[in-house]
Order: sequence, then C-alpha cells, then structure tokens
Amino acid sequence: MRKILVMGATSAIAQATNRLFAQDGDYLFLVARNREKLESISADLALRGAGRVITVVQDANATEGHAALVKQAAQALGGLDTLLVAHGLLPDQKQCQASWTATRQALETNALSILSLLTHGANHFEAQGHGTIAVISSVAGDRGRQSNYVYGAAKAMVSTFLQGLRNRLHASGVTVVTIKPGFVDTPMTASYSKGLLWAQPEQVARDIHEAVVSKREICYTPWFWRWIMWVIQHLPEWLFKRLSL
Amino acid sequence: MAHVGADAEEAVFQSFRNGLSINFQVKRGLSITRRSSRLLHYKSWGGYPSTPQTGVPLYWGQDLLVQLARYPESKVLPFGNGRSQGDVCLNGGGILVGTRSMDRFLHFDHLQGTIICESGVLLGELMEMTVPRGWFPIVTPGTRFITIGGAIANDVHGKNHHRAGSFGNQVLRLELLRSDGQRLICSPTENRSWFEATIGGLGLTGLILWAELRLRPIANPLIHQQVIRFSHLDDFFAISVDSDQDYEYTLAWVDGHATGANLGRGVLTRGNHAGFFTDSHRQVAQPALQPSFPVTLPFSLVNPWTVSLFNKFYYHKPIRKDGYSTIHYRPFFYPLDGILHWNRVYGRGGFLQYQCVVPTAHGRDAMKEILSRIAATRLGSLIAVLKIFGAVSSVGLLSFPRPGVTLAIDFPNPGPRTLELLSKLDGIVRQAGGAVYPAKDARMSPEAFHDYYPKTDRFREFIDPRFSSQFWRRIRGGNP
Repeated sequence: MRKILVMGATSAIAQATNRLFAQDGDYLFLVARNREKLESISADLALRGAGRVITVVQDANATEGHAALVKQAAQALGGLDTLLVAHGLLPDQKQCQASWTATRQALETNALSILSLLTHGANHFEAQGHGTIAVISSVAGDRGRQSNYVYGAAKAMVSTFLQGLRNRLHASGVTVVTIKPGFVDTPMTASYSKGLLWAQPEQVARDIHEAVVSKREICYTPWFWRWIMWVIQHLPEWLFKRLSL
Repeated sequence: MAHVGADAEEAVFQSFRNGLSINFQVKRGLSITRRSSRLLHYKSWGGYPSTPQTGVPLYWGQDLLVQLARYPESKVLPFGNGRSQGDVCLNGGGILVGTRSMDRFLHFDHLQGTIICESGVLLGELMEMTVPRGWFPIVTPGTRFITIGGAIANDVHGKNHHRAGSFGNQVLRLELLRSDGQRLICSPTENRSWFEATIGGLGLTGLILWAELRLRPIANPLIHQQVIRFSHLDDFFAISVDSDQDYEYTLAWVDGHATGANLGRGVLTRGNHAGFFTDSHRQVAQPALQPSFPVTLPFSLVNPWTVSLFNKFYYHKPIRKDGYSTIHYRPFFYPLDGILHWNRVYGRGGFLQYQCVVPTAHGRDAMKEILSRIAATRLGSLIAVLKIFGAVSSVGLLSFPRPGVTLAIDFPNPGPRTLELLSKLDGIVRQAGGAVYPAKDARMSPEAFHDYYPKTDRFREFIDPRFSSQFWRRIRGGNP
C-alpha cells in the first residue's frame, strides 16, 4: 500500500494511473485546479478500491504553496512515500515563437512548477530515507525539434533535473522515475489527428504503474519510443537540422 | 501528457505502419476496459449505412459546451460505444461527441443496491464493479459492450422483460445537460416529462451526464438454465407462456429459414439466478480467451447456403436430456460477446437487424406471416430471436417494448430485395398495431415511424435545438 501525492490528478494519464493504484488499495492525495472534476475522480477512485482519497484544489503554478502541499499530504495520508507529477500543458509552438510571454508561461507550467515541487518532495523523501518520485516528462525532451522545442526544452529541463535528483538521492534510497510517453490520445492532444503511433492513456498508465512498482527508473511508454528516440538522438546535427521534424 | 511533432516520426517510421497497425488491432479488442472508441471509429455496429463521421471525444460532460462553441454550425449527437445497428448513433455531416471517456463511478450503495455512474461507463464495466459485491443490473440486453447512456437513450430490454420491463424502468435519476448550459436532474418525481422524453429519447434531448440505477441482489455469478428444442412457432408460444411463470429470463433462437411444418422451429433458453445452495456450487469458469474476428472481409461469409447449414446445425445441436445446466452469467447473457467484432463476418456491406413487436392479440398470426415471408425469401440470417414482452409499461415516450411478441433477425448487406421485404414486414407490423425498434433500424419510413410511436409529436418539444441524428432527419423526411 502506497501513500501517493498526485499533482495534476485530472489529467487523462493521471486518472488512468490512479485507477491502477486504487486497485492496489493505495492512499491518494489528489491535487488539481477544478473542484467538480476532482470530486468525481475521487468518488470513482474510492469505489475502485483506493484506501483513502483526499482532494485539494490548487494551481500547480502557485509554487509558494508547494512546501505546504507536501506537508499537508504527508499529514493527511499518515505519511508520504510516492510523488506522481502529471500536470502540464501543450503550448502552441507558433504562438510561443511570436511571444516571449507565451514561451515563459509554457516554461513555468511545464518546468519551473515541477522543479519547485520536486525540490520540496526530494527534501521530504531524502529526510525520511525512502520514497519514489515519478514524473511525466516526454520523449519531446530528448531532442529539440522545430515543431515543438519550447515544450521539448521544458521537458528536457525536467528530465535533466530528474537525472541529477536520481544521482543525489541514490544514497538515501529514494527512487526517481522519469516517464517519457510518446503520442498519447488525451484532451491535451485532442486537436491532433491520430496516427498509428498513438497510445491510449490506459496503456501508458500500465507502464507507469509498472515502473513505480518495480522501480524502473527510465520508462519510455509505449516501449518502442526508446528505439525511436535512440535513432532520433543519434542523427548527426548536419542532417537533423535539415529535417522538418 | 506528451506530444512530439505529429508528422515527424510518422514520416520516419512509415515503414513500420503495417506491422503496428496489426498489433494495435489485435490488442485493442482484448480488454473491456480498453477504450477503443477513443481512436475514433465512429461507426454503427451494423456498418450500414456507411457514412464518414466527425467524432470528438468528451472527457468531461461539461466539455460539451466547449465543443458546441467550437462547431457553432453543426448539430451534435452523443455517441457511446457504437453498438446500435442502424443510424440512430450516426450524425452524417454533423458532430458525434464520444462519451466513452466519461466513465467514472460516482456512488455505489452496497446495502440498497443502487449505483450512480457517468453515462460513458460500459454495462460490462458496471458489472465488473457490482457482481463481485453481489449486485446485478436488473435489465441487460444481449451485449455488455454498451454504455449506460446508450442503454437509456434506446431504452434497451432484456430476457426478463416479462418481469422487469425495460432498462428505463430501472433508472432512478439522471442528469441531463442541454446545449444552453441548463442542467436538469430528471426522475419519475422531478422533471418527469424530461425523464420520459430522455428514456428512449435516442440521444436527442441533450447529453446524459450520469444516471442512478437500481440493481438486484445475486448470490453468485451463476445462472441455472434449461435449454428446450421446439419444432414449431405454436410450440414456442406454449413453452413461453409456461416459462414466463417460473423463469426470470427466457429467449428463443429461431430458424429463420424453416418453412411449412417446421415454421418457427428453434431452441428456447430459460434461466434463473442460482441460489446460495446450488448443487453446482463449484466455480464455473468463464472462457479465458476472447477470440476476435480479425478483419472485415470484402465479401460476406453469410449467405443463404451458409445460413441454412448453420441453422440446421444449431437447431439439432445436442442438448442434455433434461436440458439443465449451470453456467456463468456471461455466456448466458452475452453469447455473441464471446467473439469480438463478430459483425465483421458480414463483410464490408454490413448488416441490418429488423426487430419488431406485435401485440399479443394478433401476435400469433402476424408473427406466422412475418416468419413465412422471411423464410420464403431466404434472406434472413444467423441471429433470429423470439421473445414475449410483458405488461410492465415503458417509461419513455419513444420506448420500443410493449406487450406482445418480438422478433429480431439479421439481414446481411441490406440490398434492394431485403429493403423491399422489410417494407412488406412493416406493413404487417403496422396493421397489427406493433412497432419496429429504432435502435436497429436504418430504413423505416416516416409514416411507419409515426404509426409505431404515436407520442412523437409530444417528444419533439424536448429535442435539444443543437442535437440531431441521421435517424431523426430521415424520419422527419429531411426536416430537423
């Protein structure tokens, strides 16, 4: 039985993942912006077997509240051993190119708010000497591409931060899981036409659950993205810059 | 959460496509909790008529208003899991809002046996939640791959109509979201007229956000069943009347090709939930493997010869002497769900089901005539089902079930000969004061519909101005 703080609990991937945690009887502390959505999710997870479900309405960008949030979760659940960070948004790349404000907002939500939460979470877990931090990053962070490098840059920052955390927290027995999904069919990508590489949130959720349970630290999901990204990462720059990726 | 430039990897890995496609197809069908409709196969189960559809998934009910604003010119229709055979679930030229992601359970009262869930929950998912806790849906149709919203909108019925009525009779409350943002809690006591319009309302009165259902207690997931062969339609009536006294569930398969002295011969199945102290208390296993019909063939495997052969074989299938056995509820209620995508055997032309009900007074003669006409043309197909509807009155203004005898039969690739036959059958049904089931229809005439559903004019007042369906436009002769 785990005691989990979930940031961005109304996201499609978090919902599907939490159903798997609920089946294990885990305790869940759910944070998201929308009260009504949180309430229906919390009822659903309780009926699916979650040992306890507590909800808090808070914007992930309100970083000044993160320290309190971690404390509150630990108190409410009678301890805290897992942190799942699932919030984020998909910025419009064209809009970001035209506006620094848009770029900055995207970086704040997709990188800075996550780093803030991880700072407090890491200190909590390091102090208690155990725990699992799982963060949904993206394959987009593996190499910058013209079609979405603002999103990719934020995710690269998250992935690199997690690498560092993993290195730092290894000594204290804390697991750090970096989740790198490819295309997932969620509200965030609703406007995209779906091809064959697209996965359902349920499929991604199974991989995340598996990674958390088995402490697998780098998790490409679905699995084939590891190899796709391997190829993309190894394309020489002189060739890569000529591609319209 | 993540996304990478859509066209990029697509182009690079184009060569993987075929391989991936096959993988996905096989995998998609395997689990009931896999939301295949998310990848937007907005089609009817019969595959006829075939119309390209624009589907938009709704992750939350309230997103409906966002989508309505995004497509201000279009009519919308809620789309559940696409198990309606005909065009009630289609909206050619408009938008289908997929409800499968609205699949959250909101409340379950273990003591009273009531459950509240969002309208995109599959009946099968609901049962996975309730059956282990000793509760069973009071009414279930022949597939568990339907959404609760779809079950309400079509006011579906089951093998126990003679006892329990139809699905709408078990709905305690529901919440309706209208395109103007109005939210209505509807029940037999609250907003009653909306309740009556929405049950059997073909998804036209607004979006059902959630519903509260009554359940019935069960001791275990098992059914005590008896299988009886009957050699003529008259015998069916005799056995049915007898069965309805002692059995909660009854249903008969008929040989749609048999004529003369064999007319309406078939196999009747009747059953009750097994009690606490059954002689076969041992666990009855459900099939572990779920085979799937892999592809839609360019041609149909179903033709008069294969059907005749199948029907003979099925009619003469070996039955234990007393006919009794104890089986898991799944094969009892959902024999066809055992093979996923079974509709693909009908090929690309698809199929259509014709389901009609004729009142008891004229039932016998009308049914004889209907069966003889079908048998004479040899167009009818594998699945032909007879059932006596009971006197429990339906809630909905457009509900199909009414006292009498009902026949449901498949017709592969509805060509001109089939359509001509079905129009003739319509004539018989109209004369007998019966009705044809919209959930399975794609061809009945506006005049016939009005005869079958005299409350249509009252129903029209409750249609949401932004909602419509292919079926509705057809029935209205092109008028919205």
